[in-house]
Amino acid sequence: MNQQAPDPSPPKLPVSLAANPRLSSWLKFSSDGQVTVSPGKVEIGQGIVTALAQIAADELDIDLSRVQMVRASTTASPNEGVTSGSLSIQQSGRALRHACAEVRRIFLQQAAERLGVGIDTLDVEDGTISGPGNVRTSYWELADEVSLNRDAAPGVTPKIVTSRTVAGHSVQRVDIPDKVFGRARFIHDQALPGMLHGRVLRPENARAKLLQLREDGAREVADLVAIVRDGSFTGVVSETEHGAEQAVQALRKGATWSDGDPLPDEGDLASFLKAQPAESTIIDKKTAISPGAAARTIRRQYTRPYIAHASIAPSCAMAQWDGDRVHVWTHSQGVYLLRADLALVLKLPVENITVEHMEGAGCYGHNAADDVALDAVLLARAAGGRPVRAQWSRQGEMSDAPFGAAMAIEIEADLDAQGEIVGWRHEIWSNGHAARPGRASQPALLAGFELANPFPRMISTNPPQANGGGGDRNSIPLYDFPSWQIESHRLTTMPIRTSALRTLGAQGNVFAIESFIDELAAERGEDPVAFRLRHLRDERAKDVIRAAATRARWKLEKQPGIGHGIGFARYKNTGAYCAAIAEIESAEDISVRKLTLAVDVGEAINPDGVINQIEGGAIQATSWVLKERVRFDHQRVTSTNWTEYPILRFSEVPDVEVEIIQRPDMDPVGAGEAAHGPVTAAIASAVFDALGVRVRHLPITRDSIIAAMELTS
Amino acid sequence: MPTVRFRLNGAETEIDADPDRSLLDILRGQIGMTGPHFGCGAGECGACNVIIGDHAVPACDTPLWSVAGKDVTTIEGLGTIERPHPLQRAFITEQALQCGYCVSGILMSAAALLKRNPSPTSREVKEALDRNLCRCGSHNRIVRAVLRAAEEMAAG
Repeated sequence: MNQQAPDPSPPKLPVSLAANPRLSSWLKFSSDGQVTVSPGKVEIGQGIVTALAQIAADELDIDLSRVQMVRASTTASPNEGVTSGSLSIQQSGRALRHACAEVRRIFLQQAAERLGVGIDTLDVEDGTISGPGNVRTSYWELADEVSLNRDAAPGVTPKIVTSRTVAGHSVQRVDIPDKVFGRARFIHDQALPGMLHGRVLRPENARAKLLQLREDGAREVADLVAIVRDGSFTGVVSETEHGAEQAVQALRKGATWSDGDPLPDEGDLASFLKAQPAESTIIDKKTAISPGAAARTIRRQYTRPYIAHASIAPSCAMAQWDGDRVHVWTHSQGVYLLRADLALVLKLPVENITVEHMEGAGCYGHNAADDVALDAVLLARAAGGRPVRAQWSRQGEMSDAPFGAAMAIEIEADLDAQGEIVGWRHEIWSNGHAARPGRASQPALLAGFELANPFPRMISTNPPQANGGGGDRNSIPLYDFPSWQIESHRLTTMPIRTSALRTLGAQGNVFAIESFIDELAAERGEDPVAFRLRHLRDERAKDVIRAAATRARWKLEKQPGIGHGIGFARYKNTGAYCAAIAEIESAEDISVRKLTLAVDVGEAINPDGVINQIEGGAIQATSWVLKERVRFDHQRVTSTNWTEYPILRFSEVPDVEVEIIQRPDMDPVGAGEAAHGPVTAAIASAVFDALGVRVRHLPITRDSIIAAMELTS
Repeated sequence: MPTVRFRLNGAETEIDADPDRSLLDILRGQIGMTGPHFGCGAGECGACNVIIGDHAVPACDTPLWSVAGKDVTTIEGLGTIERPHPLQRAFITEQALQCGYCVSGILMSAAALLKRNPSPTSREVKEALDRNLCRCGSHNRIVRAVLRAAEEMAAG
């Protein structure tokens, strides 16, 4: 920023602000001493609302308690696309900081005029503007005469880091009190006047079609308002939630479905993934200037299974029609994107659709939030203008929502006579990792595929490399190997629905790269930390590795049954740096006792929030590694409850220590996805350290360890 | 419709409903509470936990008839923003959640634990919360918050 050398090109607005330049769409001042901030990013349990409030408070020189954060809505909020990819602080934060700095200056100009003093003589303290001779006014006094109905201009300079007093410090999140007092903060807890309840019936078998529907049973259920059917999409609307549950159960008994489409063999995902038609892309190629002689080549294959979002709450939405206009309440990650898809399905102009955000339970990517919104909209058509609240069942949440894509990854390394890497080839077979709404000419919403005139099922694609890629995310090594080729095969069939789940392909790729590195270091008899440091040029990368190693007292003495391992990545190769060291214990099962992480997110706006995100990511990754895979037979997903899809429990959670390397002069980046890859790799290497066996197929369970042992012997 | 009588957060309550319906259904539906959250409907996640007698139980798996004559406490009865329970204060101090959907059930499990065992070890806290699921990975903060509340309660 302003500490850096001046850029020769003309100053530019931050991307989000350039796309939404009207200052009044970001900020509103009221005469009673409040500032309303309206970001386009949404709270998904990550604390973003608080971090953005901190930024606004800082730039405006007001107390944090004066900042009121508004939920995103297509009526007024800036369009910031989707809240994903750990980009909210980067995009929304930068835009807001710039907008606030400019608005502060606009107020100061007005104050200078009114007070008859020079603008440079003015100071702001908690919104009160004062100048020489004790003259004073305030944002609140000037609120009515200053119009923010104008476009942001480039060239404004936000405060320098050292004069920020709120950002960079841990503050309490603004949403937490409501949540510990059981107040109605979640969309699930809202009750609109006259609200009805809806449930949709879906088949157990994948993509089965509704052949016949006997409605008599459901019609007998008390409180029924309507039965809705359009092709294979069917559901009920009731005066009460209980009635809706009863009616949908009765409807299930009256439904006859086709067999559906066959599912792949869950026991051999790699063979399935590699046999499918695919679109192949060379992601990166590096050619050695003077190629070293390969003495031997080692090849390893890694897999990760389909992973469920498995949020604690089932997805929920509300919708209300008024003539040909509809209002939708949703916990979607992108209100404008959902609106675009709803418009495609409903064949309405976007202006007829209002989409408003409300908080849901923790969101780890493209889950069923958007799907249930369309469900609510379709059911509400039968509600005579009354609002309808639709909620999925636990079973639906675990089987009909998109999953994180399974991956097969093969890495081949050419080693010279000294065991040094002279060539590196990395290949990925996976479905695409993104089928989000609002990005294509066809909708991505589940009910859209089920209508009598259905839209084609969307096949997941991968975001472009400039946005971090998808299946290929983090596939390019940060290590200084002399040559490499990275290739991604994106499947063009999709029997199991996939879309964005936290980290996209990065967890799989980092697991594969770091596991292989660990193996190659071990072959040379070299310490894995030293091996990594020797192959890295980026000092920030080396710093997180060194910090984690120091904190974990690497490398501890060998004890029977205990293992240690390290994993490192820079998320997307452009985001947060993270190194993790795992300590595991191998008894009946593998348990992770401790995770020590070091992270560099540039400027950490709310350091405690960053620690919370890293710690949460580390624990979630541990759950993925030790427990999680979507189970299915040849017809249907079978892991439809918490017994069949277990996640890590309190008694199984490791101790987690997080060290932040603060870089106040570096642009802030997100923390939510930085830990998954490194933690996954660290656990796998720690298992090797304890047992001498490389588990290359996730999850790491007793069964997968036995299978790996059999393969080795 | 038969009438079921019980005490809800200290208040005598009469419900006319099918006694086989789940307590959660009644609390959220007929009574209109928002504290106990629906998560699975099968007693597997603990998001709807309430305290009956001395124990936290999932309200989704508790038939209405079974609470007749009993004391039922929900998160709404634990404390208020003006008079918070030490657990609620500790959860704020420790910032012991991310999304917070599971927290109203977790607070009830923790409150029941502290009733039975006012000075639990960290292991005992984890055991008491083992039937509560958290997907965001806030477990360690939650354990710290429960221990902090226990200390505060012991100090009076």
